[in-house]
Amino acid sequence: MTHKNWEGFKSGAWQEEINVRDFIQHNYHEYKGDDSFLCGATKRTKELMGRVNTLFEVERQFGGVLDVDAETVSGLTSYSPGYIDKEKEIIVGMQTNRPLKRGVNPFGGMRMARQACEAYGHTLSDNIEKQFKYRTTHNDGVFAAYTDEMRTARHCHLITGLPDAYGRGRIIGDYRRVALYGIDRLIEEKKKDKRDLAEFNFDEEHIRLAEELSQQIKALVGIKEMAAMYGFDISEPAENARQAVQWTYFAYLAAIKEQNGAAMSLGRVSTFLDIYMERDLKNGKITEKEAQEIMDDFVIKLRIARHLRTPEYNELFGGDPMWITESVGGMGEDGRTLVTKNSYRMLNTLYTLGPAPEPNLTILWSKDLPDSFKKYCAKVSCDTDSIQYENDDVMRPIYGDDYAIACCVSAMKIGKQMQFFGARCNLAKLLLLSLNGGYDTSSGKSVGPKMKPFDGEVLDYDKVYERFAEYAVWLSRLYVNTMNVIHYMHDKYAYEQSQMALHDSSVHRFMAFGIAGLSVITDSLSAIKYAKVTPVRDENGYIVDFKTEGDFPKYGNDDDRVDKIAKELTHLMITELRKTPTYRNAEHTLSVLTITSNVMYGKHTGATPDGRKAGAPFAPGANPMHNREENGALASLNSVAKISYDDCRDGISNTFSITPDTLGRTKTERISNLVSVLDGYFAKKAHHINVNVLNRETLIEAYNDPTAYPNLTIRVSGYAVNFHKLSREQQREVISRTFHEAM
Amino acid sequence: MSADITGRISSFQTLGTLDGPGVRFVVFLQGCPLRCVCCHNPETWDKNGGTLYTAEQVLDRVLRYKAYFGEKGGITLSGGEPLLQPEFTAEVFKLCRQNGINTCLDTSGCVTEVNNVLDYTDYCLLDIKYSTDDYYKKYVGCGIDGPLMFLKRLDEKGIPTRVRQVIIPGLNDTAEDMKKLKSAVSKYYCVEEIELLPFRKLCISKYEKAGIDFLFKDTPEASQSLIDNLKNYL
Repeated sequence: MTHKNWEGFKSGAWQEEINVRDFIQHNYHEYKGDDSFLCGATKRTKELMGRVNTLFEVERQFGGVLDVDAETVSGLTSYSPGYIDKEKEIIVGMQTNRPLKRGVNPFGGMRMARQACEAYGHTLSDNIEKQFKYRTTHNDGVFAAYTDEMRTARHCHLITGLPDAYGRGRIIGDYRRVALYGIDRLIEEKKKDKRDLAEFNFDEEHIRLAEELSQQIKALVGIKEMAAMYGFDISEPAENARQAVQWTYFAYLAAIKEQNGAAMSLGRVSTFLDIYMERDLKNGKITEKEAQEIMDDFVIKLRIARHLRTPEYNELFGGDPMWITESVGGMGEDGRTLVTKNSYRMLNTLYTLGPAPEPNLTILWSKDLPDSFKKYCAKVSCDTDSIQYENDDVMRPIYGDDYAIACCVSAMKIGKQMQFFGARCNLAKLLLLSLNGGYDTSSGKSVGPKMKPFDGEVLDYDKVYERFAEYAVWLSRLYVNTMNVIHYMHDKYAYEQSQMALHDSSVHRFMAFGIAGLSVITDSLSAIKYAKVTPVRDENGYIVDFKTEGDFPKYGNDDDRVDKIAKELTHLMITELRKTPTYRNAEHTLSVLTITSNVMYGKHTGATPDGRKAGAPFAPGANPMHNREENGALASLNSVAKISYDDCRDGISNTFSITPDTLGRTKTERISNLVSVLDGYFAKKAHHINVNVLNRETLIEAYNDPTAYPNLTIRVSGYAVNFHKLSREQQREVISRTFHEAM
Repeated sequence: MSADITGRISSFQTLGTLDGPGVRFVVFLQGCPLRCVCCHNPETWDKNGGTLYTAEQVLDRVLRYKAYFGEKGGITLSGGEPLLQPEFTAEVFKLCRQNGINTCLDTSGCVTEVNNVLDYTDYCLLDIKYSTDDYYKKYVGCGIDGPLMFLKRLDEKGIPTRVRQVIIPGLNDTAEDMKKLKSAVSKYYCVEEIELLPFRKLCISKYEKAGIDFLFKDTPEASQSLIDNLKNYL
């Protein structure tokens, strides 16, 4: 098969089948040079971004939400076209009819939609109320099926943040397919897949797939209609770079109009788009300046993407994130790097448009990346605190070289794998619950196996661990079953038809479980093992506090005695989770990632044997607890690196903050030292790191005077935020974290 | 046997970027013959304090961080005064070299008996605390001859050296001071760089804790602009 818009491309299997990777491998040009070719922002870009910055400021003054359309149900074609400044825009398309105006998406649940409107001074229209009166939402479905035990585990914050009232997200459509093939070809392929189903017995699995395929086809037609409203016919493949970006963006836009998933990631588009950029540059159709302008305009669109959330949601996922994660760099299976000039252009948007949390730029780091690219990334980190790093050398052998990161740390093959997102369970609380024989002192509820509270004076490690393991067995089964309910209902009532239309019809599914409080429970068990921990009981005999005497090894100091406990706990959890079958035979995975919910989890967890007070925040993700590190930053990194990616295939998040002066004396030294640190950390098979190079004083100033730092961006757990968008509580927690500094 | 050689260690810093080239694993050895009045690590003075480690144990620790060292980084033995434990310092360096780890010595140069340490030293950070013998006697407790002799030995051995001086406002912060410093050290080819460090009072809490009077508590910290300005005279 051939197409006039493919002229100049090398042919391959990609022409006969939907295979973007094959297209990339045949046609991309690796780039090993430095950043000197890059252009700055043009006058147009500056003006457009200036306008957007003004809107951001008004949005901030309005308490975080500029406007809400409470009359319309968000969908592909439900709003008239919207623009920032039509004349100046190179890439068009908006979620609603005006920038930063948020649409309502009630498919996840009406209560959440209603509350979100009310939180910002709007009322969900009667019209929408009526429309949904006779409709089952995802939330309705889930709560119809939840058992009492599931409700209690959720209520007492043992399992929380579950996507049972909002879109699950973490699905990455292969948005590139629209640019490469055009919508019509994609529809044809899906129709063919649907016809092929006739070969099978129509059991539950195949009936469901047949229905889904028809929904996917409908969605593809919808994307085409949406683009037509903006004056574009995307039936055919993109014929130049600008169209390739526009087509890709339309596909992504459809996803965020249709779904309000927590993480709506972009995938890995930079190098794909580079092929179009190179073709146009070679043919003299665009200049480098114009190539950057196209990327700048694309990124401006991504920066204004918004979802309407409730204040409770913001407690879990602070800073109004979208997780428009774009994976950049990495190596190919053939040994060539996947870094292209457009990888640089994507990162350069942090200079042309200024630092920002979105898109969530994620560097796929390999020891074999070109040196100049490593240095450029380190420079971007030092200058902007806006990017994160993940270990391509650990992921590539598992996912190949065309995977991307969803959300923060969740890897998947683009268009071939998807995941059922499952938030996290609170291991620190589970420890306390097990000691109290199933009684949760924070909520006053009982859940799980009933036992007599742990008796005896000093806590004995073996007995405590045995008890904990028993509760872990119970929780794992409950957790899997709860997830099964959620994802069954999500598929049924809030199916991601646009995104799944941009997947192969037969996909591999992951079910992604998570744990919070890893460092708290690890240090607690270490305290029980190496120090003397005496429980303090209330009048009913429940343990409410601990007296810990003597020193004990603490996670974060590269001390195997305690690091081993963290490793064992993750292994225990994934092993137990795997014992309960999943919905649609999804593969069980586990993450150690909290987003900003470490604050909320801590708030609902009593005092722990490690000395943490009741209600005090946990450390985020897999981070060691604040200020317990005694041997400096690398010891802390080594501790985290010991947690096995094989046990935690959904990612191990580590957030690292260091003062500029500690990283080196000059900027050149800082850059080269940061490269060494990243190389070393990833050589230890660590998975992920957020890097902040900043002084605590800056954060304190921003805390006291948010207006003085409107664009201060920092990395938190797996993503970046505008510091001013965090709650005061979350801001305080970030300030209290360990900053590695030289004395 | 190397296993028998032990040394007293105050603490470890796994990420050092200021004490030698690249990313370094810094070991602060216990014990110092000097009592510099602006010392940042007074807890390392007492030569009977710290914890005993064998050279092998230090090697085991440093090997855990080898992956982070890149092309330039490695181990730095600092203190205290590493040359107060010359056998141990030499042994640690020897083992590190055998394992492909770059070695850096951070010293005051005031100790004359240094065993064969310099045979295993790849890089040296040498404090030239002041440029006059008077100040040395008053604020350090030894003469300036020792460090300058040490520098000569480094030069003979061809060990690349970074000379360091802490700038204390009112004490050694004039152009004249810099010129003297320059003339004292620039004749040695081994000197790659003269680094000026601003006087800071971050360590004051350590003095309070130890009940030692911090002589410069009323002296202002040195500003970066002062340092930048003084660099022009080097």
